[in-house]
Amino acid sequence: MRIRVMGWGIGVVLSLVVLSAMAQGGGKLEIFSWWTTGGEAAGLLKLFEIAKRQQPGLEIINATVAGGAGQNAKAVLKTRMLGGDPPDSFQVHMGRELTDTWVVTGFMEPLDDLFKQAGWEQTFPKGVLELLKGSDGRYYSVPANIHRANVLWYNKKAFQSAGAEPPKTVDEFFQVADKLKAAGVTPLALGDNGIWAATHLFETVLIGSLGAEGYRGLWTGKTDWSGPGVRKALDAMVRMLGYVNADHAARSWDQANDLVIQGKAGMTIMGDWVDADNLAKGVKDVGWAPAPGNTGVYDALSDSFGLPKKAPHRAETLNWLRLIGSKEGQEAFNPLKGSICARTDCNSKLFGPYLQWAMEQWKKDAIVPSLAHGAAAKESWLTGINDAMSLFVTGKDAAQAQRLLTAAAAEAAKK
Amino acid sequence: MRTARLAPVALLLPSVVLVSVFVYGFIGWTAWLSLTNVNDLMVNPVRVVGLANFTRLMTLPRFRIGLENTVTFSLTFITGCLVLGLGGALLINSTVRLEGLWRTIYLMPMALSFIVTGVVWRWLMNPSSGLNLLLNGAGLGSLKSGWYTDPGFGIKAIAIAAVWQLSGYTMAMYLAGLRAIPAELYEAASVDGAGARQTFWRITMPLLMPVTLSAVIVLGHVSLKIFDLVIAIAGPQGGPAFSSDVPANFMFQTVFQANRFAEGAAVSVVLLVLVSLLVIPYLAWSFRRGIGW
Repeated sequence: MRIRVMGWGIGVVLSLVVLSAMAQGGGKLEIFSWWTTGGEAAGLLKLFEIAKRQQPGLEIINATVAGGAGQNAKAVLKTRMLGGDPPDSFQVHMGRELTDTWVVTGFMEPLDDLFKQAGWEQTFPKGVLELLKGSDGRYYSVPANIHRANVLWYNKKAFQSAGAEPPKTVDEFFQVADKLKAAGVTPLALGDNGIWAATHLFETVLIGSLGAEGYRGLWTGKTDWSGPGVRKALDAMVRMLGYVNADHAARSWDQANDLVIQGKAGMTIMGDWVDADNLAKGVKDVGWAPAPGNTGVYDALSDSFGLPKKAPHRAETLNWLRLIGSKEGQEAFNPLKGSICARTDCNSKLFGPYLQWAMEQWKKDAIVPSLAHGAAAKESWLTGINDAMSLFVTGKDAAQAQRLLTAAAAEAAKK
Repeated sequence: MRTARLAPVALLLPSVVLVSVFVYGFIGWTAWLSLTNVNDLMVNPVRVVGLANFTRLMTLPRFRIGLENTVTFSLTFITGCLVLGLGGALLINSTVRLEGLWRTIYLMPMALSFIVTGVVWRWLMNPSSGLNLLLNGAGLGSLKSGWYTDPGFGIKAIAIAAVWQLSGYTMAMYLAGLRAIPAELYEAASVDGAGARQTFWRITMPLLMPVTLSAVIVLGHVSLKIFDLVIAIAGPQGGPAFSSDVPANFMFQTVFQANRFAEGAAVSVVLLVLVSLLVIPYLAWSFRRGIGW
């Protein structure tokens, strides 16, 4: 008897659910990301708000998986994609993380028509358009934002009392570091708990050693990993590691930034999410400059969204992608996220002083893909490089590191 | 008559089928995968490449370091648990007062998951908080350590947390073993004029041997499979220069970070062989004695 009553109850509830879904009339849209906190989550919700205004009755499923740099989210996404149950669209780093993981393997639908309709070939810079293309020359994702990875953040007071200026070259970096050390300040703050911050530092050193063209060549096979340019970068990195805080392996990037904020460390080299961190902590006397030897180069990464072939709600997803790439969408999302627009026509008055500076650089700098953040190399290659860095930061053995990096590049080139 | 014979078969069949598919079937699948070229999300055509994945593993420093760490971890962890467990059991067995309370206190950590233990110990062993502050406050600043962030300490820090969690369990096993020793043996020994030390080494320890062996097997396979504790304390990269890394963690990274499924399967097969080396002799031994599990 009780079972029958329960069955009735379930039936009533189910039909109510179905009815209410029908009454809404609008479609559904499932967006998968690892944006769960702070400005990222606020930006995402803002985009949802606009999407709902544009498509009345649209029901959005906010499928987030928490965890730094999307490590957990990426594992969940892989099981869903391989299991034939993809979300309608998912956050993925522009560049090789998208193309080599999902495009080459045939999971994504090309977006050429959308790019033509929206006129994005004119509004996104060339360097970005190249990174959005698969090996077949077609577009596969829409960038929501641009972050800059190669920025030096410094404590203005610490620099003043040490009589130092932000270093422009790697040689100047060591002079400044010595001055800071003499003034009793840890010269360089590093928080490489989880190693990616060390890889991040190393990629700026690589750019400083090889230049934009040489650095790009590392990912296309034109620059030799076993050559003198990479060796020079590794040697410079060994010297730099002599100036970092002793507990770097215990800290995360934001805890390293705390050292700079408190004046215990002079500078840190990190992406421009530091700006958002400083704003949230109410910090004013931290300045910024391109990382040493990185002037004129914009080391970029971007969160982008694409269209999986088996996306259950294709029409809604195309509307979502159109919104992500639109001026309205980018101007709503980026001031909250603390990044600049991938488009070049956003209103700079909406942004803070650092982001205004970054927008200026974005228009004139050479754009290169970030390694640590998935743009430059496919995931298996990046894992190999991270593993090499893990040994290198502790052992400081440049020859061994170059051997491992060369082997990782050779493995990645294998088909 | 026939139903009486068929009933046990019918009752066993579902579990036999489920276990053979979901345990042995997948072990077989993993073993096959480890011999193929499936080192990307989609590989076409799938080819058998023999032992190529295993030979590549041998060239990777991270895999070698992980295996060495497993040995260090097992030795530290098992020794720590046995010594503390036996010590605790002997103490509790001798002092009667509030025995239930002490037993509960020591056994309690076992009720936590390794993730919870890991998060707690990550903060306890953070170089700028927890234990180091305590040591400083106690005037023992010289004992401060980088714990899991110090490449020289590394996996031993993980072992400390694991000992904290499972020494109470070992104690419970020893306590049961102690209670099972017949009192007559001790009486006879004291009649024969044996001292406390002689009684301990000649009666208590030999009769606790089966308990020790069971404890080593249980703790041993925990230490070979340890994964969540490492992730929670040292993170997915296994600490600086992989000083806290273990093969299980390396396997997860290889599969879900690098998409190298065949190579990850090869790591699993190596782990399976290691666990079998430990468990199979024990199973054979216990079957021969007619104990079973």
